[in-house]
Amino acid sequence: MTVAVDTKYDLQSKIEEIVGEYGAKSTALIMILQDVQKHYRYLPEEALRAVAKTMKLPLAQIYGVATFYRAFTLKPKGRNHICVCTGTACHVRQAVVIVDKLERDLGITPGETTADGEVSLETVNCLGACALGPLVTANGIYYGNMTVTKVERMLSEVLHKKHDSDTTEEAA
Amino acid sequence: MSTNRLLSQAELVALKERLEKNRNANKTVVTVCAGTGCMACGCDAVLKTFHEEREKDRLENEVEIKATGCHGFCERGPLVVVHPLGVFYQRVKSADAKLIWEQTVNGGHLVNKLLYRDPQSNQIITKEKDIPFYKKQMRIIFGKNGFMDPTAINDYILLGGYLALATALTKMTPEQIIGDIKKSGLRGRGGGGFPTGKKWATCRAVKVDPKYVICNADEGDPGAFMDRSLLEGNPHQVIEGMMIGAYAIGSHEGFVYVRNEYPLAVKNLTIAIKAARDYGLLGENILGTGFNFDIETSRGGGAFVCGESTALMASLEGKVGEPRAKYIHTVESGLWDKPSNLNNVETWANVPLIIERGADWFASIGTENSKGTKVFALTGRVNNTGLVEVPMGITLREILYDIGGGVPRGKRFKAVQTGGPSGGTLIVEVAEPKIHASMVAHGDIRDEDEAVSLLDLPIDFDELTRAGSMMGSGGMIVMDEDSCMVDVARYFIHFLTEEGCGKCVPCREGLVVMLNILRKISEGKGTIEDIEYLEELSQVIIDTSLCQLGGSAPNPVLSTIRYFRQEYLAHVIDKRCPAGVCKDLVSHVIDNTCNGCHACLKSCPTNAIVGEPKRLHYIIQDKCIQCGACYQICRYNSIKRIKRGEGDKLQERARELWQPPLKKVPAEVA
Ligand SMILES: Cc1cc2nc3c(=O)[nH]c(=O)nc-3n(C[C@H](O)[C@H](O)[C@H](O)COP(=O)(O)O)c2cc1C
Ligand code: SF4
Ligand code: SF4
Ligand code: SF4
Ligand code: FES
Ligand code: FES
Repeated sequence: MTVAVDTKYDLQSKIEEIVGEYGAKSTALIMILQDVQKHYRYLPEEALRAVAKTMKLPLAQIYGVATFYRAFTLKPKGRNHICVCTGTACHVRQAVVIVDKLERDLGITPGETTADGEVSLETVNCLGACALGPLVTANGIYYGNMTVTKVERMLSEVLHKKHDSDTTEEAA
Repeated sequence: MSTNRLLSQAELVALKERLEKNRNANKTVVTVCAGTGCMACGCDAVLKTFHEEREKDRLENEVEIKATGCHGFCERGPLVVVHPLGVFYQRVKSADAKLIWEQTVNGGHLVNKLLYRDPQSNQIITKEKDIPFYKKQMRIIFGKNGFMDPTAINDYILLGGYLALATALTKMTPEQIIGDIKKSGLRGRGGGGFPTGKKWATCRAVKVDPKYVICNADEGDPGAFMDRSLLEGNPHQVIEGMMIGAYAIGSHEGFVYVRNEYPLAVKNLTIAIKAARDYGLLGENILGTGFNFDIETSRGGGAFVCGESTALMASLEGKVGEPRAKYIHTVESGLWDKPSNLNNVETWANVPLIIERGADWFASIGTENSKGTKVFALTGRVNNTGLVEVPMGITLREILYDIGGGVPRGKRFKAVQTGGPSGGTLIVEVAEPKIHASMVAHGDIRDEDEAVSLLDLPIDFDELTRAGSMMGSGGMIVMDEDSCMVDVARYFIHFLTEEGCGKCVPCREGLVVMLNILRKISEGKGTIEDIEYLEELSQVIIDTSLCQLGGSAPNPVLSTIRYFRQEYLAHVIDKRCPAGVCKDLVSHVIDNTCNGCHACLKSCPTNAIVGEPKRLHYIIQDKCIQCGACYQICRYNSIKRIKRGEGDKLQERARELWQPPLKKVPAEVA
């Protein structure tokens, strides 16, 4: 299930709205792309073209930035977003055991999305809550001091909640 | 909101006095830490409960509830402090908040079960400052954090905020300010330790307009979070520092480059900038002095290399974050080729304190060449994790034992890593000469003299560099016997191969070669020549890389080889990982101390563990994939990670117990 990109007209106006918040200055490019990604859950090609057009910047620069920074993805992400911190503090507290566990349970490796488009798995280099490592976030919610058993609980919470967000999204 | 504008220093002082007069020192204030750490532990629910209770009791006028920034002791979060009593509660859940409300706020009694209990002495401690974690700290940069709501500019002003700015603008010339910063001995906290006053002076001397001041809040060192905590908990102090710097240098425009992974820091900073503008503290004609200055925030894209000064400026310009050669310094030609003065968050936060209390005061703290305090993020395998602000020159021993409280679960200290991916790993163990039997057998004993002296190493810029590491941004990651030094080196090199920008060959290609060798060693396929080659290659990469990412990348490898050569040799010669981390070299086994709690069995993904409750358990060696899940779960240290292939030697008794019936049950049935 891919994320439906709005029709061309909607997309253009959405991009204009995002760009308008910051102004079409190049210092804001990264933030603009972050917001675009937040909206579409990835950076669709059409959106990048629209950003280039609106900001009057070369498409090559936009692509350069979109592929350079780790935070950006050109592929659609899943509905739920699970992110394991593999920063040093979490690493020495055996974050790798947690990554392995999620890989096994979800059947994907970091950077991938499950075939049904439900869950994306990712790793990050530190979320600044190192005292609670190993740390995992699921849809922005922090889960600290993770163990393999807690991963199971978290997954069932996340996949359970999915239904609520499904209905609200469809209603909207 | 131009009516809010403070038109002069006198108006700022008057506002502070008004706030002081309106404050009732006896009023009960419940402060709840709302930093990222406590947020992750559910402080939202705690705050909500307090608000509900207050509403129910109609005490809105009598009791103030304040959401503060990080107190540093995130591991014990959510934290609650009830003033004016100053009672410190930790690990407070929302149900506990109700209890605190009833007992302490309404009744004036303590809630014992939420107080801090010192694990060493088993004593109950009621006040924050008496807790060993805080006792040896010197919290000056963080001094205001626990007392103010970071989103309320009046809280900051009440605590004396922006008075240093007023002094700087009205009573000091730019040269005097730079003179004071030089005299204070302040050195950059972003890693390099460059003297801040000198940097400012160079930037001021360049006769080009406009000039920029920039705050580096990229904090790419994984495991460091002091910049996050400062920006979240006290953004105004950073803003004030930048303003003073801008005035000294002659700049009118500032940028803060923050990681996008720190949403709360971005939010609180944005609120703070807006509030400062409303008061006319940012904008035109600040405090009626004719000085103009404003700040913009920019969110980074999550690339470690963007913490490097030239890459950061490229990224700010909306470009790919690639460093450039620094034969022209950024203070002369940086952002849009204009003179740009970049300092770290913590560096900026020191500035108002130096102006307020004087350069001599600042210079009286610390060591000969490293003045003031430094915030460390003490993490990893240590009992008290959190942010620790200490005077320069304090010893590692004091940080690790007195403040950190030692290693959990009775394990042994092994090493501490400072300076992040560019830093080094220092040996600290053997302080207690309790040496693993297996280590003696395999000859892993290290040079004790060197080890002991490092534990008493005074921590400052120069001493750390001399020891083969560096200060870096202040990450201090503690490792115990379960950490393998080859694995740590591999981890950092892997990190840097992913995070390097790829612009120059030594870093791009050299690090990959190093990574492959380290992988080989951790798989038991390395040779002694590989270790020598690593050292050689390291030198080439250090000498020829374009930026300091590559230039310091081999540090973790060199320092681990320097202090832990025996451990490398164990991998290479004995095909053994003494710490039991390198998967290809270990077997997971259960020894006879197992009490049969059954917890591990459920965690095993391959059903390799057999056993019944209350009986000795057994790991079927052929089925085990060495995932480590059981090791993490077992609370009785009964699971051991030993040399590959020697598994059943330790499990003899268990095998006798479980092997025969196992043969009757084919694997498919389970
Ligand atoms: C690869 C690399 C990453 C860096 N990351 C950071 C960082 O995250 N935060 C920071 O303040 N400085 C970082 N620095 C140091 C900066 O380049 C710069 O020296 C510093 O921000 C200057 O501020 P200071 O003088 O106040 O320390 C990094 C340097 C390198 C080479
Ligand atoms: S050393 Fe590495 S990060 Fe620095 S410029 Fe070269 S490739 Fe890029
Ligand atoms: S290491 Fe993993 S696979 Fe092996 S016994 Fe333990 S849980 Fe099972
Ligand atoms: S968790 Fe430890 S004590 Fe419990 S059954 Fe497993 S090995 Fe034995
Ligand atoms: S290393 Fe995981 S949160 Fe910092
Ligand atoms: S976030 Fe609460 S103590 Fe650090």
